[in-house]
Amino acid sequence: MHDFAYHRPQSLEDAANFLRTAEDPLLMAGGQTMIPTLKQRLAAPSDVIDLAEVPGLVMIDVKKAQVSVGAMLTHASVASSPEVQAALPALAGLAGNIGDMHVRNRGTLGGSIANNDPAADYPAALIGLGATVHTSKRQIAADDFFTALFETALAGDEIVTSVDFPVPELAAYMKFDHPASRYAVVGVFIAKFGTDVRAAVTGAGPCVYREAQMEEALTRDFSPSALADMTISPDGMNTDLYAGPEYRANLVKIMATRAVEAALKGGG
Amino acid sequence: MSKHHVTSTVNGEPVEFLCEPQETLLDILRDQLDLTGSKEGCSSGDCGACSVTIDGRLVCACLVLGAEAEGRKIETIENMAEGDTLHPLQQKFLEEAALQCGFCTPGFLVAAKSLLDRNDNPTETEVRYWLAGNLCRCTGYDKIVKSVMDVAAEMRGE
Ligand SMILES: Cc1cc2nc3c(=O)[nH]c(=O)nc-3n(C[C@H](O)[C@H](O)[C@H](O)COP(=O)(O)OP(=O)(O)OC[C@H]3O[C@@H](n4cnc5c(N)ncnc54)[C@H](O)[C@@H]3O)c2cc1C
Ligand code: FES
Ligand code: FES
Repeated sequence: MHDFAYHRPQSLEDAANFLRTAEDPLLMAGGQTMIPTLKQRLAAPSDVIDLAEVPGLVMIDVKKAQVSVGAMLTHASVASSPEVQAALPALAGLAGNIGDMHVRNRGTLGGSIANNDPAADYPAALIGLGATVHTSKRQIAADDFFTALFETALAGDEIVTSVDFPVPELAAYMKFDHPASRYAVVGVFIAKFGTDVRAAVTGAGPCVYREAQMEEALTRDFSPSALADMTISPDGMNTDLYAGPEYRANLVKIMATRAVEAALKGGG
Repeated sequence: MSKHHVTSTVNGEPVEFLCEPQETLLDILRDQLDLTGSKEGCSSGDCGACSVTIDGRLVCACLVLGAEAEGRKIETIENMAEGDTLHPLQQKFLEEAALQCGFCTPGFLVAAKSLLDRNDNPTETEVRYWLAGNLCRCTGYDKIVKSVMDVAAEMRGE
């Protein structure tokens, strides 16, 4: 790692001030992506601003129609929250299958979505549920938040504070995970709100996206058989040592089918 | 850049150290505090050889900054045996040959202890889920998982 100055601001305002005034600042949540990035020298910030002591970012608020999660809540805390398990089991299950126990004890919701890794799990939940991201400046609809590979709508001096997830009638997330890291080779989040169905895909493309033909088919008939004759185009899908575009395209359909089955059984 | 003066508790003892911002907790433990039981395998959070607990939570010390240890309670593999008496997990790993080269062993022991501290009756699935962040290139895991299950049963008096 290159040298940097380390700060631990005690308020959101102070943290935002560092972002405005430091030469080349970088926020830190649990460091689970940031520290490896610095070790690989893919970033060389002048100042690291640790959000650990900023008040108000570690909260869970579960209401009947909405689950709100603070940006600094770890994946382990979301996974083990009895309130989240009861209100939105698909979200608790998603958080509980990110990486491994060590990573879940440090990695956070805010860090995951700000990073927008194409294979990350949380972006699928935000898009699948039509969530709203709250920041130090404004509210951003999830559909407008994830803009491109590792890119978001966040401004340079903007800090994610929490995310509101609407509680659906039915929902489930299924991923085909990489056996070492457990990142999603492909993950699909399906949610049904009355007559409205959302289908979010992560891992397959450069950025999480909604699969319109699936949403239409499932809106007409919310059952696994509604997807049976569907062909998913591999055009533009990711390719790596582990899986090519055609394989990923097929996984999109399989994971979506399993997610619909799981949602009908009560989610997970 | 300026060094940080950090005060924390390591294995029950108050500890003070000076650290550069870019030094990890693993660097501090190994290079300054002479606690070399925690190993550096991958340095990227994948292998778990550097497993320690911070305020009771299992983490990779290679992905924590030394400066973050301020005010925290850190426990490492060095705190597991009591004097010359091995912890039951350590004893069982020896008896069951749950190690070969031994590089992953401190990490597995710290992780397994943190599971048994919370749950003395885990299923095999729960043990494998909890230890998923610890990699072993030698044993094939079965003996490790069996050792943890056996110690849990002994702790329950079975
Ligand atoms: C071994 C390993 C396996 C993993 N497996 C998975 C997996 O299976 N699925 C998955 O989804 N993820 C996985 N991850 C990623 C992990 O879940 C973390 O969520 C992710 O690394 C973000 O980490 P963090 O929260 O510690 O954020 P940091 O690493 O601290 O920050 C990440 C980025 O977000 C920015 N940032 C952080 N917080 C905020 C905020 N509040 N507002 C604005 N910007 C912010 C930082 O500046 C930085 O650029 C894995 C990571 C590791 C190391
Ligand atoms: S050295 Fe920390 S996880 Fe491998
Ligand atoms: S015993 Fe060699 S890596 Fe596990």
